[in-house]
Amino acid sequence: MALSAVKKIDYPQVPSAAAAKPMVALQGVQMAFGDFVAVDDVNLTVADGEFLAIVGPTGCGKSTILNAIAGLLKPAKGSVTIDGAPVKGAGGDIGYLFQQDALLPWKTSIENVELGLMFRGVGKAERHEKAKGWLAKVGLKGFEDRYPHQLSGGQRKRVQMAQALITGPKVILMDEPFSALDIHTRHLMQNELLRLWQEERRAVVMITHDLEEAIALGDRVVVLASGPRSRVIDSFPVDLSRPRDVAEIKLDPQFLELYKNIWASLRGEVEKSYARK
Amino acid sequence: MHANSVRLIQLVILVVVVGGWQMGVSAGVIDRFFFPPPFEIGAQIIRWITDTSFYKHVGITLTETVLGYVIGTALGVTAGVWLGLSRTSARILDPFIKGLNAIPRVVLAPIFVLWLGLGLWSKVALAVTLVFFVTFFNAMQGVREVNPVVLANARVLGARKGELLRHVYFPAAASWILSSLRTSVGFAVVGAIIGEYLGSSAGLGYLIAQAEGNFDAVGVFAGIIILAIFVLIIDQILDAAERRLITWRPNTEERPA
Ligand SMILES: Nc1ncnc2c1ncn2[C@@H]1O[C@H](COP(=O)(O)OP(=O)(O)O)[C@@H](O)[C@H]1O
Ligand SMILES: [Mg+2]
Repeated sequence: MALSAVKKIDYPQVPSAAAAKPMVALQGVQMAFGDFVAVDDVNLTVADGEFLAIVGPTGCGKSTILNAIAGLLKPAKGSVTIDGAPVKGAGGDIGYLFQQDALLPWKTSIENVELGLMFRGVGKAERHEKAKGWLAKVGLKGFEDRYPHQLSGGQRKRVQMAQALITGPKVILMDEPFSALDIHTRHLMQNELLRLWQEERRAVVMITHDLEEAIALGDRVVVLASGPRSRVIDSFPVDLSRPRDVAEIKLDPQFLELYKNIWASLRGEVEKSYARK
Repeated sequence: MHANSVRLIQLVILVVVVGGWQMGVSAGVIDRFFFPPPFEIGAQIIRWITDTSFYKHVGITLTETVLGYVIGTALGVTAGVWLGLSRTSARILDPFIKGLNAIPRVVLAPIFVLWLGLGLWSKVALAVTLVFFVTFFNAMQGVREVNPVVLANARVLGARKGELLRHVYFPAAASWILSSLRTSVGFAVVGAIIGEYLGSSAGLGYLIAQAEGNFDAVGVFAGIIILAIFVLIIDQILDAAERRLITWRPNTEERPA
């Protein structure tokens, strides 16, 4: 477990998995909507194969940061690079699992899963074969010809997962991916995500407002300040051994210790953001 | 209410209205010059539909309707998608579009006859001007209301401009366009009939105009009823087409439990 053998550090902006090469790097990033500066001077590095979880109060700019990495939004200042190359617009080597339903409602599951390959010019037979394999991988064998509205919320999330991962992206972005699911489905999907990720480790940036989820899944948890002008205020390595079971790990004394520490940091920001409203 | 009792009540209403009308005429309460007895109208309809030359008129009106609909929809979709995507063009062209749409189409009929002659195409042109705007506004709305998350997802998956058009914008606009199908086909019929009515040598509108010229109220009423049946049949065909075309919409198939 190379990634969990990271020494504990206090300084937030030092990448925890210093050994692996940096896959995602944000330097002095400022994101603004007109005059409103949502996040300012964000420095963040995600190593190859690292699972980074970002927590922060609602509206602090988590989705905005993710959209900057995906190339959907341009930073007002600073730079975003993926594997050393600056991000130029959407459509790079990235898988993005959106918080909301993002499937194309007029396409069946398999047509949805195929999209990434189709846009990359992969032939019909090959992409069909691959998409079928991915649907089976996320437990949806036999659901190939269903339209999104004929699937449950959890099933739609699985299709979205297969859709985002089929191209084997260098970086996987997830925006509160399981927040809309009931607790049992959520645990199931979290374990499934860990299983898939363990098969082929990629750099992952996952946003969540659920601190337990952040610790259970992540190699590192980063805390954002309350907005506006939010920035990274803390970074906690998670030295819990893998493979993990998300339900069981919550009883681990080390987990509880981490939870206490991170919550101490996060709590102040949540209260600040609450007081502003 | 039970479907059978609904049907029964509908039948009773029909019998009372038609029967009352027929008896009113027989009793001399209703002037048969303005309201000819239903039996005569029925006889006229039967005379028409058993005569092969009648179908030439139906065929011409149908051709004008279909051409008007297809051309108007194609132009409307193209313009609607374009202006839906380009806010600048939409802002610039907005007053012109509103102005053109404000023109009552009937006044265009003589101009189209002048330009295109008394034949088929002047009627098609009139139908196009009616159909175009319905489709245009719906396509524009459809493109503007594309779910931004779905759009972002397609972009992240690597879709370029043309692929976004094909896989996101057109399908999103399609449901709006199909929802306006009824209205626009109705307009296509109206355009064709008005065109024929105002100047032509064939078609259902011509039959009505001719009957009117002869003060033949029976012919006018029979023509109106034929038109109503014509539109109802088209409506049924559209119903079936709509169900087949949009399979991905929630109301068309039952959700699994
Ligand atoms: N398109 C936008 N236009 C204006 N303000 C926006 C836009 N998107 C987000 N914001 C603002 O930026 C801040 C951060 O938003 P977001 O990144 O969605 O927060 P989070 O994901 O952390 O809940 C919020 O205050 C939000 O109101
Ligand atoms: Mg968000």
